[in-house]
Amino acid sequence: MTAPVEGFMYPNEVELAWSVLIVVYPYVTGLVAGAFILASLERIFHVTAVKPTYRLALLTALAFLLVAPMPLQLHLGHPERSLEMYLTPNRYSAMAMFGFVYIWYLMAVLLLEIWLDFRREIVLLSQSTTGLRRLLYRALTLGSSNISEGALRLDEKVGWVITLIGIPSAFLLHGYVGFIFGSVKANPWWSTPLMPVVFIFSAMVSGIALVMLVYMAMMKIRRQPIDMRCVDTVARYLLYTFIIDFALEMLDLVHRIYEADESFRSLDFLLHTKLFFSQVILQVWLGTVVPILTIGLIQIFDVPEKLRRLAYAVCGCLTLVGIFAMRWNVVIGGQLFSKSFLGYTTYKVDLISREGELIAAALLILPFLILAVLMKILPPWLEGEPVSGD
Amino acid sequence: MITRRKLLMLLPAAAFAWEYVMSGTAESAPGYNRDEHWWGMLMDIDKCIGCGSCVRACANENDVPEGYFRTWVERYHVSDWQQEVPQVDSPNGGKHGFPPSEAQGGKNFFVPKLCNHCVDSPCVQVCPVGATFHTPDSVVLVDETYCLGCRYCIQACPYGSRFLHPVRRTAQKCTLCYHRITRGLTTACCENCPTGARQLADLKNPNDPIHEFLKTHSVLVLKPHLATGAKVFYHDLDGSVR
Repeated sequence: MTAPVEGFMYPNEVELAWSVLIVVYPYVTGLVAGAFILASLERIFHVTAVKPTYRLALLTALAFLLVAPMPLQLHLGHPERSLEMYLTPNRYSAMAMFGFVYIWYLMAVLLLEIWLDFRREIVLLSQSTTGLRRLLYRALTLGSSNISEGALRLDEKVGWVITLIGIPSAFLLHGYVGFIFGSVKANPWWSTPLMPVVFIFSAMVSGIALVMLVYMAMMKIRRQPIDMRCVDTVARYLLYTFIIDFALEMLDLVHRIYEADESFRSLDFLLHTKLFFSQVILQVWLGTVVPILTIGLIQIFDVPEKLRRLAYAVCGCLTLVGIFAMRWNVVIGGQLFSKSFLGYTTYKVDLISREGELIAAALLILPFLILAVLMKILPPWLEGEPVSGD
Repeated sequence: MITRRKLLMLLPAAAFAWEYVMSGTAESAPGYNRDEHWWGMLMDIDKCIGCGSCVRACANENDVPEGYFRTWVERYHVSDWQQEVPQVDSPNGGKHGFPPSEAQGGKNFFVPKLCNHCVDSPCVQVCPVGATFHTPDSVVLVDETYCLGCRYCIQACPYGSRFLHPVRRTAQKCTLCYHRITRGLTTACCENCPTGARQLADLKNPNDPIHEFLKTHSVLVLKPHLATGAKVFYHDLDGSVR
């Protein structure tokens, strides 16, 4: 209880209840939803240019989805009781639904879609590999080795339906995370019906940026040329969603400033002090305005390919940092002021503790390791196959 | 007909079901009928002298860890010019009283705080497993054996009444001394208040003096705009109190 306090906090508020792990949780979930929605562009909306990222986006979504519950689990005071959320959920609790939404998304959408999409390769690999790998692929076939034209056509149809269900599911997954915050009427920083919508669009922004970066990095690693038509299209969709996301966030901000209710003094103070760097510099300027302007200018001017690649890489990184800052500002920022609106506390994150910086960093790195393993087992591009949308 | 095999299969399911039924059920006291009571509290701000006896009594009675509070006292200083921005302090929750005020002019008063045992409690609504629950006599309690320690209830409470116990890692708050009031006693804080600023109130008891008080005095609850159904009634509550 040594956190420095300015003004007056209720005595139990001095210590923050939710730590950096609760920043990681919506960040990772958002990346899942965003990556999936990018994948659906090709499948449902027939944006063929982004095809090279389709399977990669699905695997990225899965890798991050597997990590999504970990920060929550680590944060719980009694993680051994977490199963109670499934066994005896409180139907009126927004948080109680997490387990069900998660299981639905993991089992009914993502795993099923990936399995259907990779089934042909799984069956072929189960026949061409030996030893343990053969056993693995045989297990992954789930006993179905029929890859006749008719069967694959059926896979395609079912996959299309699942993607169709998957889009609202992705919206549900992340909109629901926004609702967890947006429905807390005790906290004016969180309590807004715009919160789920802002969360969904920021999720799309971060997911698209992530897949774009991973695709470019993978091409570099595989020493294959980057399909610029694909990356240009992905960047364009990033721009569109960014504009909507930014407009929504600014609408929220302008509304708060103009309405200036009893909480405004506190929020205004935070924006000018404790959150100035993370909100104004990182989230708004570097994480939003710079990428929007850069990608926007690329749409207007004829920028050489090499420079475009560099710009996309920088914008992708800035976007990911900006969206992380946005999650930070929501979760941590929302706890820095007193519900009496008369004072402010400070959040000091430990380096090494169960909810410290190292664990948070590990949770952000872990999905990339999982993705590497997934790509090894289920290669998104077959060897020798040109990585192109054409 | 239930065979031995069927019975063996049913028992684990029954155990699960029983656990579900029992979660969110308060311990019962002999001879106490929960349906005959509806608990709340009355705070007479004019009578509070900020001595901190209530905070100390609560801490002793309920083994409240140092630095956390099930009840606390705030001191308000409201100047004539800044009615909306009062100066408030609560050193160590007012546990050991207050140092002399340095504020000049305006008005000074003390406001004791605790869980408001709201009828429409945001904390009960958000608890993912129902570990926070309403008793039939309208007290909000936490089942420590069930609480996950997710802290959503702490976020949802508008009054800052909850905290995570640093050792037990579960949410804690005022229980309105449920172990005492179900045995016919008053709460530790009310019992130790030297001026009678705090009064336990049973709204279902027609003989409780609360009824006469509510008829003849103006009272207010904290943050009424949040519609939580708070049941801690403040007499002469200043508009500047948050």
